[in-house]
Order: sequence, then C-alpha cells, then structure tokens
Amino acid sequence: MSTPGDSLVVAWLRRLGAMTLFLGQILARIIPSFGKPGLIVKQIYNAGARSLVIVMLSGLFVGMVLGLLGFDTLQRFGSEDSLGVLAALGMLKVLGPVLTALLFAGRAGTSLTSEIGLMKSTDQLTAMQMMAVDPLRHVIAPRFIGGIIAMPLLAATFSVVGLYGAQLIGVQQMGVDVGAFWSQTQNAVDLHDANEGIVKSLVFGVACSLIAVYEGFHCEPTPEGVGLATTRTVVTSSVMVLLLNYLLTAAFLTRS
Amino acid sequence: MRYAIGGRAIFDGLDITARRGRITAFMGPSGTGKTTLLRLITGQVHAERGSVRVFGEEVSTMSSKDLFALRRRMGMLFQNGALLTDEDVYENVAFPLRAHTKLPESLIRQLVLTKLHAVGLRGGARLMAAELSGGMARRVALARAVVMDPDILIYDEPFVGLDPISMGVICRLIKQMNEALGITSIVVSHDVHELATIAHESFLLSQGKVVAAGTPDELNRSTAPEVRQFMGGLADGPVPFHYPAPDYFSQLLEVAP
Repeated sequence: MSTPGDSLVVAWLRRLGAMTLFLGQILARIIPSFGKPGLIVKQIYNAGARSLVIVMLSGLFVGMVLGLLGFDTLQRFGSEDSLGVLAALGMLKVLGPVLTALLFAGRAGTSLTSEIGLMKSTDQLTAMQMMAVDPLRHVIAPRFIGGIIAMPLLAATFSVVGLYGAQLIGVQQMGVDVGAFWSQTQNAVDLHDANEGIVKSLVFGVACSLIAVYEGFHCEPTPEGVGLATTRTVVTSSVMVLLLNYLLTAAFLTRS
Repeated sequence: MRYAIGGRAIFDGLDITARRGRITAFMGPSGTGKTTLLRLITGQVHAERGSVRVFGEEVSTMSSKDLFALRRRMGMLFQNGALLTDEDVYENVAFPLRAHTKLPESLIRQLVLTKLHAVGLRGGARLMAAELSGGMARRVALARAVVMDPDILIYDEPFVGLDPISMGVICRLIKQMNEALGITSIVVSHDVHELATIAHESFLLSQGKVVAAGTPDELNRSTAPEVRQFMGGLADGPVPFHYPAPDYFSQLLEVAP
C-alpha cells in the first residue's frame, strides 16, 4: 500500500486508510457471512478455544503476581483486606483486556495472518474467486467475526482465573481473610467496571482481528512476505492495543 | 487487445479466438504472459485497450455480480492445483457445490464421488491435500473444476512438474472432458509434445503477439524462426539465451569494486 518515496507518517496514514477501507469491505459482508454459521463457529474455536490454555496460564500467573505485589503494598497502609478489590478492578478494567489482547495478537493473530498469507501464496484465494466464491465473505469475514467474539470471552476467562490467582496468594499464602477478600470485592466492583472491560476487549478484538486479516490478505505472496506480515501483525496489534487502552481508559474516567 | 503493467506492454495487438467445444492451446516461452492471458479471460485483470469477450460478453465492463455469474460457467485448473489445504479431497471437490447450491448432502456425495471416480481418486476422498502427490493434486483440482459442469475449462500449465505417467493421465483427462462433456478447453503450456496430442488449435505467443497459429502439425512444419526455436527447444534464436549484459570479457577483466 505504501510507495517507496513515502515518509514514515505518510506510509502509516496510507496503511490506516487502506485498513479502514478494508474494514468497510468486511462490514459489508458480515451479515451474509452469518448465512454459513459453521465457518464462524470454526473460527471462534480456532481463535478462542485454542488460545484458552495460554490465556488461563497467563491469567493465573499475572493474578498471583498481583496478589504478591498488592499484598505487599496494601499491608503498608493496613488495608490488605482490600486485595480482592485491587485484583478485581485491575483484572477487569486493564490487565484482563490488555494482556489477553497482547496474547491474542501473538497466538491467534499471527496464526490468522500466516494462514491467510499462505492461502494467498498458494493461489487458494484466487481459486476461490475463480469458483465465484468471494474470499472476503468466505475466508476473511468469518475469521474477523470469530476474533471479535473470542476476545471478550478470553478476557473474561483471564480476569476470572487471575482473580483466583490473586486469591490463592493473598488468602492461602499471605493470610488475608477470605470473607473480607470476596465481600469487599463484591461491594466495590459494579457493572460499570465490568462494562469497561467488555467494551475494551470488544474494541481490542476488532483491532487485533482486523490487523491480522488485513496483513494476511495484503501480504506479498512469498515466504518472506508472509513472515514480514506476521511480524507486522504482532507489532501493530500490540502498539494499537496499548494506544487504544490509554484512550479508552481516559474516556471511561472522563465519563465516571 | 493491449495490456501493460507499469507502462511495459505484455500484449500489444493480440487477436485470438478460442472456439466453442474445442481444445485451444496457448504456447510460448516463459515470461510471455500466458498466465496473464488467462487472467484477462477470467476478468482478474482488464485490458488497457481493445476487448476480451467470453460467450460474446465484454469481460472488462462486467459488474462483480456478472463476473461471478460468468465464472460459475468456468472451471480453472491452477498450476499448483490450489487446493484448500485445511480440507480433504472430498471437501475440496464439494466446495463449489456447497458454496453455490443448496443440494442435499446425498446428492453432493453422488456428484463428488462421480467426479472423483472420473479422475481415478474416489479411493482417496478422505486424504488431506498435503498427502497428495503433484499429479494427484492436479487430478483433484480437475475434479473440482468440473464439478459444477462448466462450459469452459481453463488449464494453467497442467503438465508442469509431473512424471510421464501423471502427465499422460492429465492429457487423457483433458481430452476426455472435452470429448465427453463438450467443454471448451483453453490450455496454457509450453509442453509442445503433450499439447500436440490433444489441441485442436494452437497459438504460439512471443513478445506480446501471436507469432504462429494453427494445428500442432502446422506449427511443426512452420519455418518461422520463432516457431523453429520454440518447437525445437533451441537455446538461442529470436528469444536470446543471454539476458542483456555488457561485453563478457570486459566484465571479467573489470576490477571488482
């Protein structure tokens, strides 16, 4: 999409424009692609179920670290009973959606890009066009939808497992009262906090899935081209997730 | 017709007709634009000037919807087969049927097995694409290309990389498809001897133009230097062996930078 003489800014703007147009093309095919729900279910499985183990493990360890650091900090103020609140809010609002999105970019995003890139380099996408089958509708849209549906589910799993990880350390190891841990969490966390996490993970789902399918669909159909596209998917998705996280956090804080 | 990429003409003044119900072969050295010609016929790219007509309709001015409708009447065999790698042989052949029809599964099964039987791979229906040899992949792709009973079948280098047995099988299948189903066939290849056994008419392309046309026998008898070089497999001739380069000895004697 970029031309050799472009400055970095112009090249990025071009890419952003091309990606927006591509998003428009996908959105125009979203409803028709629900005509073959099997394709979408398969992609939810690929992007979601296959990322489940890594997401749960990461969630557990992040929660455990949060439990350790949270306890260490809170006990200085004599408020170690609030560890559950800290862990729940941290997980729901930031760590869950952001880290899940970063893991998604590394696990499912790269897989999507390389799969589509290889389909392109082996003429499978052209063959579909020649069979009068629209690859955007048959290949791209189901993967895009699958990613968007999988992301909030993965983020929720990450947050829940992470909270249990924090509880494991805080309650079992550090001796925080289990009743205080859960009751304070229940009192302090409301639907608004959960909404923030859901909205973030949905937005990250759109961004990561779009970047992954865009890079795969537009890569050079060569081994090097597919490799570069896969790298771009991880780098762009990660930067975009962190940027969007800042913007969304600021937006939610302004609203509340 | 004229078609250019980045200002460089691939075809200029090309005038070709492939007749209904016959096997037409496009031959030519590598890089002549044979595959590009197929892309023009199937509407993947459009001519800069002139016209490309299929079933009497101009391809370049067709809407996407009309183009897809046209492609439903076409089958294409890709050089590498282009099978869907995450599906098995059966699902690859069933793919166009599932995409375009609402036929019951029992009928899809009948059609798929019939086509696989025709290419001799009914027994390999559950093999994955990665488990197939080059020749088998090409035969599965052929079964997929004919499963919707197209009016035109387009073959892009169907013989490349095949052993003599597979080559003979593909040759026989192309001829059978044409004779039994009356399918108009367009074959792009540089395998002169195989084409001579199946093509009704051949066009030899070079430097964006048709340099010879006729039956394979007529091409064999031609005295035109381009035809002699291509049919005889001569290294040098109108198509030079050497890519343009400075003088050989001067370059050897130059001090390396």
